[in-house]
Amino acid sequence: MLSTFLSQIANGLVLGSLIALIALGYTMVYGIITLINFAHGEIFMVGAYGGLATLTYLMPTFIAQRWYYALPIVLVGGSLISVLVAVAMERFAYRPLRNAPRLAPLITALGVSVALQEAVRVFYPGATAAIPFPNLFVEGTWIIPIGDGVPIRYTGILLIVVSLVLAFGLERFIERTRMGRAMRATSQDRDVARLMGVDPDRIIVLTFAIGGALAGVAGVLYGSYLNNINIDMGFQNGIFAFTAAVLGGIGNIRGAVIGGLVIGLVKALGGQYLPGGTAYDYVWIFVVLIIVLVFRPQGFFGETERVRA
Amino acid sequence: MDRKRTVVATAALLAGALALTACSTNRTETGGASSGSSCDTSKGTLVVGFVAPLSGGLSALGLGMKNSADLAVNQANQACKVPGYKLALQAEDDQATAQIAGQAATKLASDPNVVGVIGTLNSSTAQSVAPILGQKKIVEISPANTNPSLTQGDNPASASRPNPTYFRVATTDAVQGPFAAQYLVDKAGKKNIAVIDDGKTYGAGLAAAFAAEAQKRGAKVVAQEKVGEKDTDFSGVISKIRPLNPDAVYYGGEYPVAGPLSKQLAAAGLNVPLMGGDGIQDETYVSLGGREGDLATSVGAPADQLPSAKAFIDAYSAAGYKEPYSTYGALTYDATNVLIQGLTTAVGSGTFSNTTRDALLTAVQDTNLDGASGKVSFDQYGDTTNKVLTIYSVQGGKFAPVESGEFQAS
Repeated sequence: MLSTFLSQIANGLVLGSLIALIALGYTMVYGIITLINFAHGEIFMVGAYGGLATLTYLMPTFIAQRWYYALPIVLVGGSLISVLVAVAMERFAYRPLRNAPRLAPLITALGVSVALQEAVRVFYPGATAAIPFPNLFVEGTWIIPIGDGVPIRYTGILLIVVSLVLAFGLERFIERTRMGRAMRATSQDRDVARLMGVDPDRIIVLTFAIGGALAGVAGVLYGSYLNNINIDMGFQNGIFAFTAAVLGGIGNIRGAVIGGLVIGLVKALGGQYLPGGTAYDYVWIFVVLIIVLVFRPQGFFGETERVRA
Repeated sequence: MDRKRTVVATAALLAGALALTACSTNRTETGGASSGSSCDTSKGTLVVGFVAPLSGGLSALGLGMKNSADLAVNQANQACKVPGYKLALQAEDDQATAQIAGQAATKLASDPNVVGVIGTLNSSTAQSVAPILGQKKIVEISPANTNPSLTQGDNPASASRPNPTYFRVATTDAVQGPFAAQYLVDKAGKKNIAVIDDGKTYGAGLAAAFAAEAQKRGAKVVAQEKVGEKDTDFSGVISKIRPLNPDAVYYGGEYPVAGPLSKQLAAAGLNVPLMGGDGIQDETYVSLGGREGDLATSVGAPADQLPSAKAFIDAYSAAGYKEPYSTYGALTYDATNVLIQGLTTAVGSGTFSNTTRDALLTAVQDTNLDGASGKVSFDQYGDTTNKVLTIYSVQGGKFAPVESGEFQAS
């Protein structure tokens, strides 16, 4: 029984760190321009396809066969595509609406999301159905010898480690660097930041680029973990990531990570121990969300909403 | 300023609407080599409707079906099967979604030239399509729906036919699930079976029928779990069933879930075969992670081993379609031919009108056809009387037939 419990914890941590990685992009964009970027899930999807394209079309076989060469290149390729798409999205879809009512960019985000899905479906060869994605890391499963054994795939461990390292790095970047300070300033008050010599447009592009890069990395690691990708993957995981961001307190980096992990664990443990079994595991995620929002509307780490003059 | 903006918005909306209509008109041009045939087509064109997923995860099955229907229609045109008329296939994409399938059905039903509809692939889509077509007395013949309730209603104890214009040439899950159980328990000797399904009409029905028969045969169903049809990570379900030590997993659903599920089972150290129904019996299953030794049942005998299917396969490869005819190719070809044959009888030398629909319905009900998949005739519910099924197993990267047989209830 203990081994089952621990297996579910492991499953939850893998899923949770994936969601956390996507949620970081959601939360950063919201923090800076108070936009819920529903197309962010699609940036994650595009990253996975970009990574696969790098591997299939650009890489000679002798490199593709050695994971320690292939993995970094595919990660860079995937996140590069994601960054390009995210920056283009900001430039052409959101910037023209910078001063429009808040509903306009929100609906645009939904439109961008559908457009990106359809674009990949139409233009990526074979993307009308799920396509196989190779394992880019050490093949196989580590069975931790507790009880009956707790299996965890090496790609799952990679996913956990990479996402925690990136989240930690991101927090240091925002807390410690000049750019990070400019980001915080822009998020607090864009006009005053501009008076202090910060160019808000540059900072917003930077935010989209960082969020895109993280989503791209997440996309490639997801493909490598589950070994197939499809154009719907961004939608479902995007919704979870959005939930994670809200749960942790939208706009807060640490909150996004904790929110992601909570969602992963609730899904895994809820499917195991709560009534209804795995058929209802998604339901528990949203039950937790509702409970948290009733008692703490700003999420775990969120600040209470400031009323702007 | 405001007015200008409204004008622009309206123009954009109109353009969008136009683009949409343009996309969804998907009338397949029949012909090619046959277009120059010398048949008398003075009375006009009759439309054979077709509804199946032509995009999305199940498109491998749907496109094979569409090509097979197209082949039957082309051959009928060449042979002047319906005197005075040219037949045209109008294929609609239902994206395996009940609501979109309903829209496609409404569209087809509003066209007075649509004589019948071939489809759908999914039982869940048929549930919304069959009643819509039924209202207009349009015959629907499905090559692939296997859920029993479509023909026998929700209560199998007192069966009553809910859709009098609905027929199918595929056997139902009430036969397929038990057939799988007989093989897995009696022949393969599996006694601890975990059952998983996707909660859709097809998957849940199949899994329930399987579980009931497996228990009757002395196997223990150690777990009954559900997964989402769009799920990709099944680690939760797998961790749950792993300590129960199943020696086989039965999955009710389709290959987009079954393939990755099989792969993840092995990755978690649960190296037991996965078995499923006709929904997983497709080559894509293996490329998505299906393992050697995984099993599937499918309706009918394997097309490439039936002498009756040889003509179909030869014609299909001669026609040069891009996609393989896939699991339901031969059945779709038969379903289309049933409709065409019925049309020949019903129209005769007359003209097709709304009053011909009753005659067509009777003609289809009385079908007796030697098809590519075997003999085709229907019972009083619209179900096929041909209850031959086949067990397949993954060998060398593809599904190879293990054995075929007529289902015997016990």
